[in-house]
Amino acid sequence: MPSKTIALKKEIMDILQNVKDPEIKPISIVELGMVEDIEITENTIHVKLLPTFTGCPALDLIKENIKNEVKDALSSLDNKFHVDVKYCYHPPWTTKRISKEGRKKLKKFGIATPSPDHNPGDPWEIECPYCNSTNITMENIFGPAACRSILYCRQCRNPFEAMKPIA
Amino acid sequence: MKKNESLRELLYQLADDNFIHAFRGSEWLGLVPHIEEDVAYSSISQDTMGHAYMFYQLLEDLGEGNLNQIAHGRKPEQFRNAIILEEKNGPGSYLEKPDYDWAFTVVRNLLYSHFKTIQLESLKQSSYEPLSIVSRKIQSEQYYHLMHWETWFTQLMLSTEVARTKMEDAIKRIWKDLGGLISLGNYGDEISANQYIDSEQKLETRFLESIEKVFKKVEFTIDENPGMLRGNGRNGEHTEDLKQAIETLSEVYLSDLEAASW
Repeated sequence: MPSKTIALKKEIMDILQNVKDPEIKPISIVELGMVEDIEITENTIHVKLLPTFTGCPALDLIKENIKNEVKDALSSLDNKFHVDVKYCYHPPWTTKRISKEGRKKLKKFGIATPSPDHNPGDPWEIECPYCNSTNITMENIFGPAACRSILYCRQCRNPFEAMKPIA
Repeated sequence: MKKNESLRELLYQLADDNFIHAFRGSEWLGLVPHIEEDVAYSSISQDTMGHAYMFYQLLEDLGEGNLNQIAHGRKPEQFRNAIILEEKNGPGSYLEKPDYDWAFTVVRNLLYSHFKTIQLESLKQSSYEPLSIVSRKIQSEQYYHLMHWETWFTQLMLSTEVARTKMEDAIKRIWKDLGGLISLGNYGDEISANQYIDSEQKLETRFLESIEKVFKKVEFTIDENPGMLRGNGRNGEHTEDLKQAIETLSEVYLSDLEAASW
């Protein structure tokens, strides 16, 4: 691969850092592990994305945001690339794909993430994102968004959310 | 037979099952027994609509047309969902005097989630790779649905006498049409010969074995095999309830076909 393409790929990845989860503004789609691949052909930038949950209503919004963000950033470089964003299901998105940085940001936002070592069927160990206590109760496996559950911390008495383990 | 016709038939069955089931679930919004359930059930219905979307997408990829048009633009007799999934939640309508039946809903959801789990396990080995990929994705979400409905089912089966009676009545009633869910319809032999999914017989055996374990925990047994009392939805046979579901679901879409985006 020519070094120019590699440089452009890296640049696009940096630009995608500016595309945030529409509901959780501090975290980007890159940190969430949604970006699977970037492919550059003659005049098109193909972004391959993995949806977290398939019924998530934010998916179309994210697609549009990527197109706008990449186009805006590249227009300053006088590039004439067309941006194509596609969702695919292979490999499937899992909670393991959330980056270390992403986990930190989610925690700061009040959302716990399953351990990166979590395997399907394992007991789900969750720490309160505010006080790190494990003295918590599951209020509802289903939450305000398809990807999250609602919990309550008995230690610091805060309600909080957790990303459902998806493996 | 057109190329891939049996594959298309199977995809319509899967897509329409999820589509109609998600719709009946969404009709419960604001009407379920308590607020936590409202959060859970709406989330489950949203996931399920996402699953329908993926199956319709596969049909679009096979050249069946635009996926919104496939979902909203067909006549009832072109639908391939199981009859038991189109049945209304109970008397009344969402807007007027909804006298919906929670026992019926819990049992239907439990049996559907259970069968869907068996189905996905088989579809993961499908000879049609896009279908196996999609099924693997759906399975990770479906896991939580099954857990949810098993909890409701077990708790209601083991609660009061009134609840037990209502639940047992619901199982017996749904059982009479449940065969329509397991059926692969007129194209069943081709579908399984092409290894898109295991045969109807295999799916039924696995389903009965696994549901028996759930029933055993609540000390319930049923002797007959699932029936097809009102016909086979896989072959386009349906009830008036499907007509109502499609009219409601597609009302907005059909009112403005020029609308730019959905």
